[in-house]
Amino acid sequence: MKQKKIFQFIIAACFIIFNTSAAQNFDDLKEDDNCVSCHSDMEIMPEGFLPDNIHMQKGLSCSGCHGGDPATDDMEISMSEDNGFIGVPDRADIPGMCGKCHSNIEFMRTFRPQIQTDQVSQYFTSMHGIKLKEGDENVAECASCHTAHSILPAKDPRSTIYPVNIPETCNKCHGDQELMSNYNIEATQYKEYSKSVHGIALLENKDAGAPACNDCHGNHGAMPPEITSISHVCGTCHVNNMNLFESSDMAKGFSQLDYHACEQCHGYHNIQEPGDFMIGDNEESVCTDCHFEDDEGMQVAVSIKNILTDFVSVYDTAEAKLHTVQVKGMNDLEIEYLLKEARQKLIESRTAIHSFDPAKVKEISKAGVELTQKAIKDADSEMDEYYTRREGFIFASVALLVFGIAIFLRIRLISKDKG
Amino acid sequence: MNRRKFINGIMGIGGLGTLGAAVYPVLEYLVPPESAEPNVSSLKIGKFSDFEMNSSKIVKFGRIPVIVVKDEKGMMHALAATCTHLDCIVQYRKDAKQIYCACHNGVYDIKGRNLSGPPPKPLEQYAVKIIDDEIIIKSQKS
Amino acid sequence: MNSFLDSKTFNWLDSRYNLDPIKKLILHKKVPVHKHTIWYYMGGVTLFLFMIQVFTGILLLMYYQPGESSAFESVRLIVTKVKFGWLIRNLHSWSANLMIFFAFVHMFSVFFTKAYEKPRELTWVSGFLLLVLGMAFGFSGYLLPWNELAFFATKVGTDIVGAVPFVGEELKLVLRGGQDVTGATLSRFFGIHAAILPAIFTLILIFHLLMVQRQGMSEPEFFKKLPENKKKYISFLPDFALRDFLLWLIVFYFLIFLALFFQWDLGLKADALAPAPQGIKPEWYFMFMFQSLKLLPPHIWFIEGETFGVLFFTFAGLVWMLVPFIKLKSEKFQKRNVIIITGIVVVAFIVGMTIYGYLE
Repeated sequence: MKQKKIFQFIIAACFIIFNTSAAQNFDDLKEDDNCVSCHSDMEIMPEGFLPDNIHMQKGLSCSGCHGGDPATDDMEISMSEDNGFIGVPDRADIPGMCGKCHSNIEFMRTFRPQIQTDQVSQYFTSMHGIKLKEGDENVAECASCHTAHSILPAKDPRSTIYPVNIPETCNKCHGDQELMSNYNIEATQYKEYSKSVHGIALLENKDAGAPACNDCHGNHGAMPPEITSISHVCGTCHVNNMNLFESSDMAKGFSQLDYHACEQCHGYHNIQEPGDFMIGDNEESVCTDCHFEDDEGMQVAVSIKNILTDFVSVYDTAEAKLHTVQVKGMNDLEIEYLLKEARQKLIESRTAIHSFDPAKVKEISKAGVELTQKAIKDADSEMDEYYTRREGFIFASVALLVFGIAIFLRIRLISKDKG
Repeated sequence: MNRRKFINGIMGIGGLGTLGAAVYPVLEYLVPPESAEPNVSSLKIGKFSDFEMNSSKIVKFGRIPVIVVKDEKGMMHALAATCTHLDCIVQYRKDAKQIYCACHNGVYDIKGRNLSGPPPKPLEQYAVKIIDDEIIIKSQKS
Repeated sequence: MNSFLDSKTFNWLDSRYNLDPIKKLILHKKVPVHKHTIWYYMGGVTLFLFMIQVFTGILLLMYYQPGESSAFESVRLIVTKVKFGWLIRNLHSWSANLMIFFAFVHMFSVFFTKAYEKPRELTWVSGFLLLVLGMAFGFSGYLLPWNELAFFATKVGTDIVGAVPFVGEELKLVLRGGQDVTGATLSRFFGIHAAILPAIFTLILIFHLLMVQRQGMSEPEFFKKLPENKKKYISFLPDFALRDFLLWLIVFYFLIFLALFFQWDLGLKADALAPAPQGIKPEWYFMFMFQSLKLLPPHIWFIEGETFGVLFFTFAGLVWMLVPFIKLKSEKFQKRNVIIITGIVVVAFIVGMTIYGYLE
């Protein structure tokens, strides 16, 4: 009890120090903090040190992690073991060192009330943590991903754990062929990922909503997704596809054969944008991996493929007609709306193939095809109108003809009179 | 002389006809069409009192479908109805009180912020005004 | 006609304003009849088409809204929603093209019948200016629907202006209202097309028409040489005017036919960031110049090919405009033949280059 009270006191004291120094900038620290002043004068600040890293921002200076007494400029005293100086920590000790504060909710919530404090315990469930415990000093600890001296929160675009930067961060180790060969894993994940639909969205289009490594593998509890959970991993975003797949007969078959759900057809790190080529009896089709010419599965695949191809071909026709209507300057608004709806049905039908039930796909695509055909009909009638804007022309022709002939006769009459 | 008069008569008829053929389209042209604005900047979408609580409606705002929602407190919201993922039309889910896209299960809140699923961006908001019980939505783009 | 001259209204006006010139015109204006009489009608047709332009242009103004975000949309409104809007727009476009065409025909007919000679030098000069202004009308009007083709054609067109030596870049900047073709260019072109050009054009046109009325119809050499009793004339009113009017009706009918059966596309809205579409071509009356510029080598002597081309066409235009003032000193050359041959070469060049441009 007493111990706890003392601890709380220390925390409170720290908090005051933290808070007052939070206002100080790095230049002030150079004067007040002897660690900073000596090390920066001698130009031996740690590599990659960022003055406004999150710890510095919140007022936690060198001694917060490394121990020692920054109040005295006598090196012998300030960096003595008596003053708790630990110098460069052992890698194996790092999680514990960070955990001193980060696993303490009472302390951490003074900075951010909803902050998590289970990172260290999660970490030790991960492959990284397990290996570290076993004495493997090559695996990632906190600083491997978060850096040691330029730690920034995940929302900061400069941070190594900002979504767009995460693949690069993981790749520092996982792209090292030599290092990875010790663990019998490939070092090509980043290469594959960066060409995948997710990688392109994240790395090229900077869409921070696209999944980075951690979105499937977890953050601190990083593990390869187990076979049983892969559809749930994908299903956190692709809910419809997961639900359809799980209630399909295919899911049962897959689990009997120990097949990996989504991954079996779509791959994992190099997931490409899916397309209609993936289904059917053509060469690129993923169905042909397991199904053969005339088995029932192949028949299903072909019939679903046909439904989609038919839909796409009417849809393409309709789009071409819409384009003509637009270029010719006829009213395209309704047609555009119809096609928007039809396109939605097309997307839904493509999702519905995960039921592996042609009837279900047909049901949705039928509605879409109807919309598309209505659009084609409207486009045709617009073009008909374009070519038949001529009703008044007949009247005008008659009137002009009569007038013209009359004038002609009049001219003749005059010349006759004179002649 | 008779012949001259006859020709003059025909000339008169033909002239009048020609004049008519030219004037009629012009007069028709001058009558403005129903929506004479090339760009829709605001749109009346019906009576506030006729709009059910906790329900939604998709309206055509020019070329853009807009989803108008009256929440369970009677507040009106208007958002672009095309999902920012693949342009599907979103819908309002009465049970979850959220905007939902059926194509890939994208979910937005009532203010259009993307909450979960694939949508990368929030839905664009439209201003809603109620004047004399008439709901008017307005584009917020300049 | 005589009844009009005897009418109370005419007398009322005449006693106040002395309408002798008009009286003279109505009573005495004659048009010579010979194998080249047909060419006398070409100017009139051009005038008629110009009147159609003014009229349909005013109608279009009622719905057109210049501006990057409204120009295309308002033209779409005109052709899709407004009743007969498509007709008015198509008439305006077709009539513009026909007007330029007939202006060319009119000019060359005057050239080959040598009607520009003393005392009609200034009529020729003003007529040439009208043609240049007409082409400027076409160039500025082409951009106004703000569609893809117009946008890129204007880009190319204004780029050529940039090749004018010394002031080219500045001229381009002023014309575009900025470094690039943008909404600012559209505003400028609209102002030029709907205000500046009509004002200047109308002034010169009035001058041109007054000259024609003051001096009467020109008579070709061979006609002048005929003995008095062999010279045939018809009166301007009503004989020639009725024929003129009949031709106008025919042209009008043809115009409606074109507007109905060969409608102009609305196109796709201009997008400055989109890649330039294939086959950007200027309007046909710029084609011969465009094509020639394209064929020029990058450098001629010490100047750039394009600059050379622009200088050449400017110079050639000036010479063409001042043709009535050119006196050939040497009597060895039959002046007449030199001029005729030059004319044929010019026509052949224009027609040839235009065809070449379209075949490519």
